[in-house]
Amino acid sequence: MRRPAPREIVVVGASLAGLRTAEALRAQGFTGSLTIVGAEPHLPYDRPPLSKQVLTAQPDPPGTALPLPAALDARWLLGRPAVGLDLTARTVLLSDGTRLPYDGLVLATGSAARGTPAALAVPPRGVLTLRGLDDALALRAALLPGRRLVVVGAGFLGGEVAAAARQRGLDVTLVEAAAQPLDRAIGSAAGTYVGDLHRAAGIDLRTRTTVTGFRAGANGHVTAVELTTGDTVRADVVLLALGSVPATGWLAGSGMAVDGGVHCDPYLRALRSDGSVVDGVVAAGDVARVPQPLADGARLTLGHWTNAVEQGAAAAATLLATGTPAPFTTVPSFWSDLHGARIRSVGLPAAADEARIVEHDLAGRHLEVAYHRRGRLVGALTIGRTARLAAYRTVLRDHSKPAQKPASAA
Amino acid sequence: MHITVDMNLCESHGQCVFAAPDIFSFDDEDYLAYDAAPADALRDRAEKAAAVCPVRAITVSAGAS
Repeated sequence: MRRPAPREIVVVGASLAGLRTAEALRAQGFTGSLTIVGAEPHLPYDRPPLSKQVLTAQPDPPGTALPLPAALDARWLLGRPAVGLDLTARTVLLSDGTRLPYDGLVLATGSAARGTPAALAVPPRGVLTLRGLDDALALRAALLPGRRLVVVGAGFLGGEVAAAARQRGLDVTLVEAAAQPLDRAIGSAAGTYVGDLHRAAGIDLRTRTTVTGFRAGANGHVTAVELTTGDTVRADVVLLALGSVPATGWLAGSGMAVDGGVHCDPYLRALRSDGSVVDGVVAAGDVARVPQPLADGARLTLGHWTNAVEQGAAAAATLLATGTPAPFTTVPSFWSDLHGARIRSVGLPAAADEARIVEHDLAGRHLEVAYHRRGRLVGALTIGRTARLAAYRTVLRDHSKPAQKPASAA
Repeated sequence: MHITVDMNLCESHGQCVFAAPDIFSFDDEDYLAYDAAPADALRDRAEKAAAVCPVRAITVSAGAS
């Protein structure tokens, strides 16, 4: 593969993945024009604090702005989302009608909060979601001590908000459809441990339960949540934490494969619906659906901070490569902080078919779980034992190398 | 090369240990230890470690070791 290096790069998405890709482009020697498009009016900010310190810090929330390198030399087009992509004309269409030409394009539009099932009528006030900074500040303002919060969904985001609200002195009910929190993400043993942490902190955790309806007062503000158990839980605030969906709506009709995220090859190059590579277009961060060696090559999106950082650097390298780029083979990792417990993970626990408990100590806040898939290590998770993750990661790095081509059948 | 880590920010994410195990390590209680004056040959790894720290606690600067 030989092609000229790009001279005009557009980065669609002004969050962590977009910023880190832009930084890496400059660090890797790109001197052409660089435009960064953002749907939100904000310069890049960090999202992990939105479900933690932004909700709890007193008297004021901490700043979340990401540092911008002085040498970035980028044009920022903020507050106007991209609404269309023309792969033939090589232009990105923005909501205000602007058409941006490119010869290199980075898709880093992230993900959006998953909405409620259409069958549920949601009251106009008091039922919130959390994805962006403005969402977090609105939630923070609603989390007043003594109020009653119902969080729907005990995943990482819902669990962290429940913990933060408990810390703020709210009565918190956490509703989860599965048998325990994070069941699919980290397995039933670690999920049960997390459920025990929630209950020990005074959170009313309702598992195997979903919402059947909302009640609201005459002013349209939510007053209660109705559950499948027949119970009705009073609520002043409700957070819907039902997961996220990759922000690919603007790519519909572009000819690209975008179901469940932007389909990518192992070099983070975007793919068309027929599986062919789109020349000069890469993806990074939450929106990128990339083959994962630890999941037998299945294409997955990973909504992890480190994924955005590492894919940003790799996507930049691919975009600037004039020959064959290097495949992206970094070991995934993620974290969550709940009630003072530092959950740290490497690999893909969600891809496992077996979780082996190495250490389990609820009182001492220690946990170590090794995850296997058909007998092979694919992930590890610890609480209070981060030191032990490095050794797991070394093994996982070997397992993350691109699969050898299978020997032809004899 | 000189390295400083703001231990008030450190949350024991371990990303620096993954990126630059010659410079960063944990004790068994997850308290970070690091070489404040590593060899200049480790500069790339040190900068990678700083870039992947989720709380931006690591500063890498030139200077006498």
